[in-house]
Amino acid sequence: MNKNNDLLVRLKDCGVQKSSKWIVKGISLEINKGKIVTLIGPNGSGKTTTAKMALKILKSDEGSIENYSKKMAYVPQKISIDWTMPLRVIDFMNLTSNINKEEIIEDLKLTGVQHLMYNEIHNLSGGEFQRVLIARAIAKKPDLLVLDEPVQGVDFNGEIALYDLIKKICTKLNCGILLISHDLHFVMSATDHVICLNGHICCSGSPNSIVKNSSYIELFGEHNAATLSLYQHEHDHSHQTDGSVKN
Amino acid sequence: MFDDFFIRAIFAGVGIAIVSGPLGCLVIWRRLSYFGDTLSHSALLGVTLAYSLSINIAFSVFVISTVVALLLVSLQKRTKLAGDSLLGLLAHSTLAIGLVLIGFLSYIRFDLMGLLFGDILAVTTADIALVWIGGGIILIILYFIWKSLFSATVNYDLSAAEGMRPEISNFIFTLLLAGVIALSIKMIGALLITGLLLIPAAIARNISSSPRQMILITILSGILSVVVGLFASLELNTSSGPSIIVVALMLFIISLLPLEIRGQLQKR
Repeated sequence: MNKNNDLLVRLKDCGVQKSSKWIVKGISLEINKGKIVTLIGPNGSGKTTTAKMALKILKSDEGSIENYSKKMAYVPQKISIDWTMPLRVIDFMNLTSNINKEEIIEDLKLTGVQHLMYNEIHNLSGGEFQRVLIARAIAKKPDLLVLDEPVQGVDFNGEIALYDLIKKICTKLNCGILLISHDLHFVMSATDHVICLNGHICCSGSPNSIVKNSSYIELFGEHNAATLSLYQHEHDHSHQTDGSVKN
Repeated sequence: MFDDFFIRAIFAGVGIAIVSGPLGCLVIWRRLSYFGDTLSHSALLGVTLAYSLSINIAFSVFVISTVVALLLVSLQKRTKLAGDSLLGLLAHSTLAIGLVLIGFLSYIRFDLMGLLFGDILAVTTADIALVWIGGGIILIILYFIWKSLFSATVNYDLSAAEGMRPEISNFIFTLLLAGVIALSIKMIGALLITGLLLIPAAIARNISSSPRQMILITILSGILSVVVGLFASLELNTSSGPSIIVVALMLFIISLLPLEIRGQLQKR
C-alpha cells in the first residue's frame, strides 16, 4: 500500500471533536524521513492535538490516519512529574526503552546535561528538564520524532544550540520530525515544510512560500511577518556592519 | 511447621507485604489511595456474597472489586461528578450493602470485627498457599507490564506515543489491585487493607531516591510492620490488622525523623 518508502505519517482530512465542537478540522499533512515539518499557529489553534493524532494518541473523528513509523519518540509540551515519585534523570532516560549507561551519557551530553544524570527530576529547572526530555527522545533513535515546543524555558544560547541539534539529528538518524515551535526564525530557516494552523490549515508550504501568504500575515500580524520575510531575505546576501550589502 | 496459627499468620503476612510493595508504590505515585479504599470497602460485600453463595472468599472479593472498578470507569463517563465523589459513593454504598446483607444472613455467625479488621486466627494453610501462589502470579504479571505501567504513571501521552500500550496495562493494574485486596482481606480486614498498601510506600518515599529503591524499602518496611505487628497482636491480644498498621505508622514517624533533624540543622 505504501509506495513511498520515506513516508512515515499521512493525515488525510483529519479532525478531533470534543463535546460537539471541532478542535481541529480538515487537517492533511505528510511527514517523510529526513524532513522537518513545523506546525505554527496561535494558542488553542490545535497544534498539540494535531501532533497527538500523528502519534496515534488521539483518534481522528473524520478522515484517515496512516502511520508507518516503527519507533516514535515524543517530547510533550507539558509534563509534570509527581513529587511522590523519586525519579532520577537516568531512570527517566530509560522510561520506555533499555539503553545502557554509556549511551545515556552520550545522549545527555548532546543537550549538555550529562552532569545531572543522578539528580532527581523534580530538582531540575524548567530548561534543564527540557534538555533531558530532548535527550531522552533522541536516545530512543526514533524514525519519527515529535517535538512540542521543545525549547520552552531554555536560555537564549541554549535555544539556538538545541535547534541546531534537532536539525542535525534529523539528518543523522534520517528521521522525520514534526515540530511545534513559536520560534519563527528557526521555522523559516531550518524546516522543510511549514503548516500554519488555526483550527484548520490556514496555509502550508515551504517557508519561502508561506511568508508571502496573506493568511499567514493575517495570523501573525504584519510586524512579525515582515521580520521573517526580512530574515528570509538575509539568505541571498549578507550585510556589512554598517548595513550595506557585502559583495 | 504450619501447625501453629502464629507461624501461619507470619508466612501469609510476609507474602502479602511482598506483593503489596510494588503495588503500594504505584498507588502512591498515581494518587490512587482513595481508589484502593473503595476497592477494599467493597471487599466486605464480596465476603458476604462468598458466605451466602458458599464460594471461595478471595475469589468473590476479587470479582466484586473488579466489578466496582469497572463500574467506576463507566460512571466517570456518564456523570460530571469528580472522581473522588464517585469513589466515596461506591465505597460507602458497597460497604453499606455488605453490612445490610450480613443482617439478612442471620443464620450464619459472622465475625464482623474479624472481617473489618483482620483475624490472624483465621489464617489456614490453604490461605498461605493462596497468598504465595496468587501473590507470585500478581508479581509475575506486574514484572511483564512494568515498563508500560511505570511510563504511563510518569506520563500517559508519552507512554502511548512510544508504543507502550498503557490502556492495557492500566486495566491489568486494576485487576492486580483487586487481586491483592482479595489476598489480604482475611489478614488485614476490609477497612485497613489500603493502610498496608500505602503506609510502607509512604515510609519508603521519605528515604529513597530512585523508583527501585523505593519499592525495595516498601517491601522491607511492609515485612517489618507485619512481623512486629503480629507479635504485638499476639502479646497484647489486639486485632491483627490494626496492630500491623500501628507498627507501620511508627515506622513512618521514624522515617520522618532524619528530615526533621536535617531541617533543624539548616535553621542553625
